[in-house]
Amino acid sequence: MARMPVQFRLNGSDRAVFVEPAETLLGTIRRGLGDFAPKFGCGQGTCGVCTVLVDGEPRLGCLTLSVTCEGRSIETASGLADGPTLHPLQAAFMEHFAAQCGFCTPGMLMAAKALLDRNPNPTRVEVVEAIAGNVCRCTGYEPIINAILAAAQQRGVRRA
Amino acid sequence: MARHQGRGMASINYPIGMNLGGDPSQALVHANPDGKFTVALSAIDLGQGMKQVSRQIAAETLGVPIEDVYVDTADSDTGPHDMGSFASRGTHRVGNAVIVAAKEARGVLLEAAAEELEVNADDLVTDGKGNIHVRGAASKSITVKAASQAAQFKQGKTISGRGIFLIPLSTVHPETGEMSPVTAYAHACLVVDLEVCDETGDVKVNKLTSAYELGRALNPKMVEQQLVGGAWMGMSHALYETPEPYYPNPEHGGRDYNEYLMPGPGDIAPHDITVLERPAPDGPFGGKGPGEMCANPVLPAVANAIFNAIGVRIDTLPITPEKILRALKAQGGARPQIRRA
Ligand code: FES
Ligand code: FES
Repeated sequence: MARMPVQFRLNGSDRAVFVEPAETLLGTIRRGLGDFAPKFGCGQGTCGVCTVLVDGEPRLGCLTLSVTCEGRSIETASGLADGPTLHPLQAAFMEHFAAQCGFCTPGMLMAAKALLDRNPNPTRVEVVEAIAGNVCRCTGYEPIINAILAAAQQRGVRRA
Repeated sequence: MARHQGRGMASINYPIGMNLGGDPSQALVHANPDGKFTVALSAIDLGQGMKQVSRQIAAETLGVPIEDVYVDTADSDTGPHDMGSFASRGTHRVGNAVIVAAKEARGVLLEAAAEELEVNADDLVTDGKGNIHVRGAASKSITVKAASQAAQFKQGKTISGRGIFLIPLSTVHPETGEMSPVTAYAHACLVVDLEVCDETGDVKVNKLTSAYELGRALNPKMVEQQLVGGAWMGMSHALYETPEPYYPNPEHGGRDYNEYLMPGPGDIAPHDITVLERPAPDGPFGGKGPGEMCANPVLPAVANAIFNAIGVRIDTLPITPEKILRALKAQGGARPQIRRA
């Protein structure tokens, strides 16, 4: 089948690519655009390591067709840091030792960002719900939950 | 229906490494022209901190800032041989090999510096900040960088070191089978508080309280991180995950993350950890390492807590609601055991 043109913003820059009709957003971001922050885990929507934001909403890159992203704004973990300055979530993940192997981290960060952008002061239960679709084999989740809560608090402090 | 509270505990001795064939680990250390050091290992860091502790150990032994040490575990084809990252052996075995290699490299570094400063190498000390100076005379000094460059471009010396850690192969007593399979043990004690629902067989872990003795904690935050994550994995093995729930019958095994169950972020329990440091005489800077032991005590403690709660002994893992309900049926209902505060 003919390849189709798609244009979207990736971490703030306009990108134009040709994609197969059945190509996933994850495949386009990784192979087509060379952003390897979102990971490929299960490929069937059950692990969350491919989580990216589409117009601010968390989406599983492995289950999203690239052609549906025409004109949208996509965010991945590569766009979190501002030059050498880490995003508060990244800083909190480091501070709280919220990664070991790090394979789940890009997805966790994006799930957490979607939460904090929408709800700057989440409860612990809301944090748990926000990352419930992201599997982590290493950390036992506790450090990740603590990091997200700390980042929220940090942001609150800065805003005040 | 009733939910029954239970408390169980387990204490374990956990061997560090294994003595089959001496359990060797190797390390190679060399200086680069910029005065920074590369440590080549074939031990793999899966996220447990192998690189970080090797870096700390190398920097401490070499006497240089930690920023100036790079640990390369990238390739077991080009790195020196290592038995691998398993058996909780990483910190202990690899760390010891890194010390030997770093000591040798440090010796050459000080010789190079001595030649430049025209002094005796035995009189030189490092300040840990990238300088080498004569003991008691800080002004008579040279940077590690200048010494490395002099060695490589002027003196024709390779600043490098080789390290191996090997323990003597244990003999086996012909009659009793007695042997010393390991040289160091770590220890742990863990208490689990949980509740069991006698109608659904559901187990909810409410609290973990533990104490771990693992030699010196070379990186206390990473030790804690491993203990937290490892206990989660122990809980998962105790209550949730298995590829073959009806082993040896392979049917009904989970084929993906929808079917292969693990506790999620909503299923975790608070974990109160105490780390006891008793430096191991043969460990690198006294370290033994948490390793697999961070998961192991959880399993027996959970099984004991379930017995305490409802009086049934389940001796196959994971302890699923199905097993609990079948056992309760066979026993004729829950029989809570005595609880000690
Ligand atoms: S790779 Fe997309 S959910 Fe697992
Ligand atoms: S840090 Fe390894 S999977 Fe989360």
